[in-house]
Amino acid sequence: MANVISDEVIDYVGILAKLELSPEEKEAAKKDMGRMLDYIDKLNELDTSDVEPMSHVFPVHNVFREDVVTNGDDREQMLANAPEAKEWQYQVPRTVE
Amino acid sequence: MSRQYETVIGLEVHVELATRTKIFCGCSTAFGGAPNTHTCPVCTGMPGSLPVLNKRVVELALAVGLATGCSINQYCKFDRKNYFYPDNPQNYQISQLYLPICHDGGVEIETADGGKKVVGIHEIHMEEDAGKLIHDEWEDCSLVDFNRSGVPLIEIVSEPDMRSADEVIAYLDKLRLIIQYLGASDCKLQEGSMRADVNLSVREAGAREFGTRTEMKNLNSFKAIARAIEGERTRQIDLLESGRPVIQETRRWDDAKEYSYAMRSKEDAQDYRYFPDPDLTPVVISDEMIREIRNRQPEFRTEKKARYIKEFGLPEYDADILTGTKRLADIFEEAVAVCHRPKKVSNWLMVETMRLLKEREMDADRITFSPEHLAKLIGLVEAGTVNGSVAKEVFEKIFDEDVDPERYVEEHGLKMENDTDALQKTVAEVVEANPQSVTDYRAGKKKAMGFLVGQTMKATGGKANPAAVNQILREILEEKQHE
Repeated sequence: MANVISDEVIDYVGILAKLELSPEEKEAAKKDMGRMLDYIDKLNELDTSDVEPMSHVFPVHNVFREDVVTNGDDREQMLANAPEAKEWQYQVPRTVE
Repeated sequence: MSRQYETVIGLEVHVELATRTKIFCGCSTAFGGAPNTHTCPVCTGMPGSLPVLNKRVVELALAVGLATGCSINQYCKFDRKNYFYPDNPQNYQISQLYLPICHDGGVEIETADGGKKVVGIHEIHMEEDAGKLIHDEWEDCSLVDFNRSGVPLIEIVSEPDMRSADEVIAYLDKLRLIIQYLGASDCKLQEGSMRADVNLSVREAGAREFGTRTEMKNLNSFKAIARAIEGERTRQIDLLESGRPVIQETRRWDDAKEYSYAMRSKEDAQDYRYFPDPDLTPVVISDEMIREIRNRQPEFRTEKKARYIKEFGLPEYDADILTGTKRLADIFEEAVAVCHRPKKVSNWLMVETMRLLKEREMDADRITFSPEHLAKLIGLVEAGTVNGSVAKEVFEKIFDEDVDPERYVEEHGLKMENDTDALQKTVAEVVEANPQSVTDYRAGKKKAMGFLVGQTMKATGGKANPAAVNQILREILEEKQHE
């Protein structure tokens, strides 16, 4: 494996992804990520300077909606998915700015 | 302070676009609905839901870009900006990083010395708004309303071209007017449909390098923006003067305390890991679409002002004020279309409307009365149905409650007293009751006449036709003199 992921990198990625990893999981993730980066390096061996960057897998563009209201009040159903709700709102742990 | 400092300011302005529906789903964008009544699986980030772009958003963003002299990226696409916060249900915001719809434009502003200057626009991109969080102090929790989640925004990023609070206000004013004239947004700072983040740094006068900048958020009025700029400039200069560095950070302005505090510092990772959104297809903007939008561009302030002077014969001063806000110009035009009395309409707007706006501490944008009612009132004055002072009273009712003046005058018995017999009787009574004034008048004190007119108006509840009162009084007094 050419790419070695350091403990700092795996901790940082963990913070960004809001994941808490056990020491074993960390080691496994480091190996996985190293292999992924190796694979990207392999792809980078190919000269793609003449190839347009792909922005979508299908050759489609301009998929639009007209500006017409189609949805009504469906909050009962929507809030059924909330772990906790209060006064028709999603209740979450207090956020402090 | 021995050294001279220059302030360098760039702005990120978010504007809520005036669409009926959200950017990626068919939920209403109406302001003020009960919590979560305008939500669906797309704008609450349910797994498996798919966004579809609202065409109107592209048209409005293009219109703003063209009106601010921007170049258009005819191939543009959306990217995901990843971060975790409860107001962002998908854990990413759909925005544009790599290929924003518009770039490299600018607007011209007037500077304090009367000169002109162009503030560059780096780019304009389309994105979605987040939900609203309310903090519940008692329960120690936060509550989320996603009605605003997915409301379309454009973010207008300026170049760091401004050097003072005055220039910032001039730039915002100009931007707001252009966008309001386009009908692309109502740009209400108080309601949050226009929001400005201020990027500010200071450097020694003459220095070529920029200083370290901070970003300030939570600025919801022009006055707050001006105060925040002064406060931050002073804070940064104080730091530099005492040999401490300015830290690149986001600060939140507390307008009540006139103080800003750090929201996030660099230790909190600002790593958004942008990547193209695979759920959305690229947007290809044809030459034809650009031409169409350009052709649909409305008359802007300069042309409108010239037309008001030429077509309606308004003084330049009136035309300038009326075109200064889209709302006033709209009311003016609609009222004139009904009553065809441009100068009269202008007078009501310039004098009484301005007075009431000032008294009620309101912006013209918040006027709610219908122009038709003003036109009707003008008709009532012209027809001699009400006199001037009653008209002012009725106008205040129109301004506050949008009453129909014809019905209001009828219901409150405010019609002008033209009935000469009744008026004759009232005047005679007043004369009878005030012999001293009559004597004074006869003795040559013509001022006594004014007092008698006043008494008569009072006796008729202000409804009498002042011209008729004057005439009848004079007749009676002259008569008495000849006795």
